[in-house]
Amino acid sequence: MPTERATGRVALFATCLTDTFFPDTARAVVRLLERLGCSVEFPQDQTCCGQMHFNTGYRAKAVPLARNVASVFAGYDAVVVPSGSCAGMVRHVYPDLSVTPGPVYELSEFLIDVLGIEDVGAYFPHRVTYHPTCHSLRMLGVGDKPLRLLRAVRGLDLVELPAAESCCGFGGTFALKNADVSSAMLADKMSCVLDTGADVLTAGDNSCLMHMGGGLSRLQAGVHPVHLAEILASTEEEPWVTPLATR
Amino acid sequence: MGDTARNPVTWLGSPAFPTAAKTALADDQLRRNLKHATGLIRTKRAGAVAELPDWEQLRLSGEAIKDDVLANLDTYLLRFEESVAARGGTVHWARDAAEANEIVLRLAREAGADEVVKIKSMATMEIGLNEALQAGGVTPIETDLAELIVQLGNDRPSHILVPAIHRNRTEIRDIFKAAMPGTEDLTDEPVELAAAARAFLRRKFLSAKVAVSGANFGVAETGSVVVVESEGNGRMCLTLPETLITVMGIEKLVPTWQDLEVFLQLLPRSSTAERMNPYTSVWTGVTPGDGPRDFHLVLVDNGRTDTLASTVGRQALRCIRCSACLNVCPVYERTGGQAYGSVYPGPIGAILAPQLGGDMHDKHAASLPFASSLCGACFEVCPVRIDIPSVLVHLRAKAVEAKPKYSPEAIGMAAMSWVMAGPRRFRAAQRLAVAGRLLSRGGRIRGLPFPGSKWTDSRDLPAPAKESFSAWWKRTRG
Repeated sequence: MPTERATGRVALFATCLTDTFFPDTARAVVRLLERLGCSVEFPQDQTCCGQMHFNTGYRAKAVPLARNVASVFAGYDAVVVPSGSCAGMVRHVYPDLSVTPGPVYELSEFLIDVLGIEDVGAYFPHRVTYHPTCHSLRMLGVGDKPLRLLRAVRGLDLVELPAAESCCGFGGTFALKNADVSSAMLADKMSCVLDTGADVLTAGDNSCLMHMGGGLSRLQAGVHPVHLAEILASTEEEPWVTPLATR
Repeated sequence: MGDTARNPVTWLGSPAFPTAAKTALADDQLRRNLKHATGLIRTKRAGAVAELPDWEQLRLSGEAIKDDVLANLDTYLLRFEESVAARGGTVHWARDAAEANEIVLRLAREAGADEVVKIKSMATMEIGLNEALQAGGVTPIETDLAELIVQLGNDRPSHILVPAIHRNRTEIRDIFKAAMPGTEDLTDEPVELAAAARAFLRRKFLSAKVAVSGANFGVAETGSVVVVESEGNGRMCLTLPETLITVMGIEKLVPTWQDLEVFLQLLPRSSTAERMNPYTSVWTGVTPGDGPRDFHLVLVDNGRTDTLASTVGRQALRCIRCSACLNVCPVYERTGGQAYGSVYPGPIGAILAPQLGGDMHDKHAASLPFASSLCGACFEVCPVRIDIPSVLVHLRAKAVEAKPKYSPEAIGMAAMSWVMAGPRRFRAAQRLAVAGRLLSRGGRIRGLPFPGSKWTDSRDLPAPAKESFSAWWKRTRG
């Protein structure tokens, strides 16, 4: 039984998208962090970081959401977010909205920078390719942290994604406002994913995975979009199970 | 506002970006040309930049110098004006495009020219000078090869550095054959194409009395004007004609020669992936017996002072027109520059054109800040560290402000904000959302009514989970 780590009070910010559409990811974060000795709290009053409002030009409408996040997570020593873009929003945009956030970490940052762990003891016997999402890459600068975590996963066959750093075309409301350009970007991303021969596409952001996964599902490509947290949570005793048609 | 008062920085009648993008996306040849060209420049730029161990320091210097210029623009402009005049040049001030065009046309007529050769034409394209000259009976001849291709093809530029990037060599051959006499047997070999342009331009250089140029930099302390280029045609324009008229945006200053050094490193590596550009021309006023006898400098505002008033937006004026942001932009790569409907395309165009134009009620201008997925690649490569994504978001807010308060989008956004600002309301909405599973098959939604169709036209949407995470937490741990 792992001992409790000296990380203080750790809260999970599931994000509205993951909470509503991808509960498996949030459960995986909890399972993973508890396995690593953290005790995780989930403040029930959390909702949405306000990124969609802010990035679409509705700055004032993002403010109450930002204030809610700041008040819900006040007092925690670390807030873990399984989303590079939501973590980026809180860390880099909230100060512009005059909202002071606490210490917020994207999952791979928390594991490597705070817990100091690269090998989380995961087992995932699949061929995996990793897409570095734009906000993780450029707004947060997580660098190769997710790759270091993936490389330490037993059984995992990591294959490089061509043109990995190109945007998948999601971009929040961009996917609706410029649907044609977004689809063209997605088509190119999908062909890169298919070139790898991977059966799992992973990333640190469910929004991008929802976009790429939506395209792959339409193609019936047989490639599963799986959040990084779910790979890291998977062990020999409790392996990740391939979803059939649904999640 | 009538057409005459309209700032020509955006092209009249341009459709909003999504519409123009649709047309561009349908052009397979265009997409292939663009993908090839931007991919090539992108890789080369990354290599050229990686050679310098102090690249980040250079970027910071570039940013700091330009910020100083913008913060003290009045002082530097007056110093620049004084220095130019002291060396025998004449400085003209133009508040807008119309004033600038009037000045240039008058000067060309006074010099007795019915034809002018042109180089470094961005600023003049911004103000629509060619059209104004033509209307006044003076024929402008573009001498930069790519700009000549655009001009002869009655086309519009689609890139800041490579205006004809959207054309391949077969298309260029056809344009030349149609516009240049004696080129019936022209092939599409680049050497032959260049030779044909050379022969065509040589006659123009030797006969033109007046040249019109843009400027890459103006050095405030000495009144020097700098043009960097790759073909040497600029040098012909800058030295052969009797009268040289330079049209320059007021933000193009650097304080001293020492500052110039930073930009002569940043610019070529960012734009053409070269360690140094092939031709750097510097001229200061006039020198009797050498070069033009008359030198006129037209300093153009055209929306720049207004742009300067915005604390977030003004950083766009740091731009040195290297076009690195275009070459890395995933949106530009797929649509090309003409979809932006402005002489400034790509990410920098998306923040510069609406600000210089200054009218967010214009549907086309207001669509430009949304022509980005905010992936941030443009910021990463910008040699003067313009935080383009932040300016885009700032301008999106301006575009939203200019829209009717009760548009369907505004109402939707307000409703979502209200729901999500109240945790109880949000939990209730999540429970309702589960009903969305009725639209799904196997957890996937394949078709939604408008505007959701914009998503489901090309991708599936997952159905909301049967049990949200928060509901699960409450049930098992709450």
